[in-house]
Amino acid sequence: MAEEKKGFSHDTIERNTLLLIVLILITVSIGGLVQIVPLFTIESTIEKVEGVRPYSPLELAGQNIYIREGCYNCHSQQIRPFRDEVERYGHYSLAAESMYDHPFQWGSKRTGPDLARVGGKYSNDWQVAHLIDPRAVVPESIMPGYSWMKDRPLKYADIQDHMKTLKIVGVPYTDDQIANAKADLEAQKSPDGDTAGLAKRYPKAVVANFTGNKGVTEMDALVAYLQVLGTMVDFTKYQSPKQLQQ
Amino acid sequence: MTSATLTPGAALGSQRVSENVRYHEDAVRLFVIAAVFWGVVGFLAGVFIALQLAFPALNLGLEWTSFGRLRPVHTSAVIFAFGGNVLFATSLYSVQRTSRQFLFGGDGLAKFIFWNYNVFIVLAALSYVLGYTQGKEYAEPEWILDLYLTVIWVLYAIQFIGTVMTRKESHIYVANWFFMAFILTVAILHLGNNVNVPVSLTGMKSYPFVSGVQSAMVQWWYGHNAVGFFLTAGFLGIMYYFVPKRAERPVYSYRLSIVHFWTLIFLYIWAGPHHLHYTALPDWAQTLGMTFSVMLWMPSWGGMINGIMTLSGAWDKLRTDPVLRFLVTSVAFYGMSTFEGPLMSVKPVNALSHYTDWTIGHVHSGALGWVAFISFGAIYYLVPVLWKRSQLYSLRLVSYHFWTATIGIVLYITAMWVSGIMQGLMWRAYDNLGFLQYSFVETVAAMHPFYVIRAMGGLLFLTGALIMVYNLWRTAKGDVRIEKPYATAPHKAAVGAA
Repeated sequence: MAEEKKGFSHDTIERNTLLLIVLILITVSIGGLVQIVPLFTIESTIEKVEGVRPYSPLELAGQNIYIREGCYNCHSQQIRPFRDEVERYGHYSLAAESMYDHPFQWGSKRTGPDLARVGGKYSNDWQVAHLIDPRAVVPESIMPGYSWMKDRPLKYADIQDHMKTLKIVGVPYTDDQIANAKADLEAQKSPDGDTAGLAKRYPKAVVANFTGNKGVTEMDALVAYLQVLGTMVDFTKYQSPKQLQQ
Repeated sequence: MTSATLTPGAALGSQRVSENVRYHEDAVRLFVIAAVFWGVVGFLAGVFIALQLAFPALNLGLEWTSFGRLRPVHTSAVIFAFGGNVLFATSLYSVQRTSRQFLFGGDGLAKFIFWNYNVFIVLAALSYVLGYTQGKEYAEPEWILDLYLTVIWVLYAIQFIGTVMTRKESHIYVANWFFMAFILTVAILHLGNNVNVPVSLTGMKSYPFVSGVQSAMVQWWYGHNAVGFFLTAGFLGIMYYFVPKRAERPVYSYRLSIVHFWTLIFLYIWAGPHHLHYTALPDWAQTLGMTFSVMLWMPSWGGMINGIMTLSGAWDKLRTDPVLRFLVTSVAFYGMSTFEGPLMSVKPVNALSHYTDWTIGHVHSGALGWVAFISFGAIYYLVPVLWKRSQLYSLRLVSYHFWTATIGIVLYITAMWVSGIMQGLMWRAYDNLGFLQYSFVETVAAMHPFYVIRAMGGLLFLTGALIMVYNLWRTAKGDVRIEKPYATAPHKAAVGAA
């Protein structure tokens, strides 16, 4: 064959398993390294904006329910910079807004609407009624109902372990936040109690007895999470996209 | 030397290492049974969740049966349970023949892999239904199951690569390049995407090390290459063994197989960011993802051309051999979806298609048309060989399966094209006063008829698979259906006979 005269032939690779393995490993590694590594080293990957904070204990428990139920299969949390999306959902999503999501909840499909800025868009009562029976409030909806979630007590005995684990992977929970985790979790659903500490540790956390139940239920946690989505950054502070770049 | 790698000579042809010694086939048989079983389960799960989208009452109000928990059951069942068992069966069957060597580690190791892999599948499915998930598409199993899968995968790599290394053929056959790229890259992807810290060593919950934008990039580096290496490179390995065998023709072009192998595995890895167009992922990464996705069109079609042109001089067999028809149609679907993919990765097209059912249709033209069809072809080829039967119970039933499934796919993907493009257009429609024309839920309501058609398409595909189960069952029993044989004479005679 012609290649043999040039000194190299693919034939060599076909006869040598280890050579083939090494060449495959090199070939498939390049793309991933080029695309992934700079995301950790280039500082402008995540904009510097004010307001993004780690989730409160109740919101965190709610996010874990959101993940458990596979909500991301049908709802995105990523608004693209298009006129129609910005009008429908609000300001386009910033990388900073999901920097504490382990893992990201951007989704890939909108069988239901985007939820990146659903926080505050509907009342707590609406959210609870909608989760219990979506078609009771939106007749055309095809979302599953989650009535069983309303009265199920939230398991949060290990909430501190969750926060400590998240601290290991980079979420800046303070010792103060971890120490007060259980108290903060209960305070967020007790509007008549002492919520000053919670408000200080987690600005803009929505405090309410979401379900009207006595104890903290899974529904309380999920609604607390939904109500904080997209509300952390005050976009009135940023007049132009330029200011969002650092 | 070319002929040594490519012509179906001793390496491709024989059933024996040497006289009177047969290859290891017990585990391969088990993998085939599991593949057929999980195929039916996965298609059934798909039909059910498709019906849930058309008729939400089917969520049944129970936590274990909601769409959000069942969708991963469907995707895992078809990709990892059905596709995985097909890959194990075909790779462990063909590597022995192309290497003229027994399985490294023997039938015992292969059976060990079989049982553990399938136990993993069952545990993963149960965990999703019970609410344990990492929350990443196609990587849902929690950390403990990830570790279990890692052990199984390492054993598989040892068995496959060990067989290649101890081969009696001088050359590594092209199918085995693809199988090796699939095994090695899936290992890298699995490890790279599942770096998690468990909350407690006695619990299931864990948190991934990376978050937000990095988490998105790592996930779609994984997700796209699960398609690229699990569902493409692995199944190209199947194509390179079973198409030449069934057509009894050598692979069309040796040179093309070299060029498209290296370019395919090089380019695929870069394509992940096309799942993240217009998101908070930096523009440079999106542009790289789009550029490489468009380039990927070429090696993909290189593979398609090599597969289809292998029929050169044997085109008449498409008329008389429905098993070959499955194999060749699968390669045609591969060509179609690998054209559609680069098209959808172009940013302005993606602006319309992303988040809509168009993506779902695209995935299924690849998954049903390419992955499942080539699997059916390989299974129809394997069952008579593995159960020592001279022929399938019925070739006519294979043909019924082929047409039922093909009509099902056509219904499925056309319904999703229409619903996807329609929904994308409705989202961005403005009325003449400058307001958004449709509320979101109006676009949901508009999807209903297409969701019904899609479910019907899925039902047809499932029906075809059940025809296959019956046919394979009777084949294994040793029955032969009394039916009009396919004419092997020239076309005119066939018409006369009909």
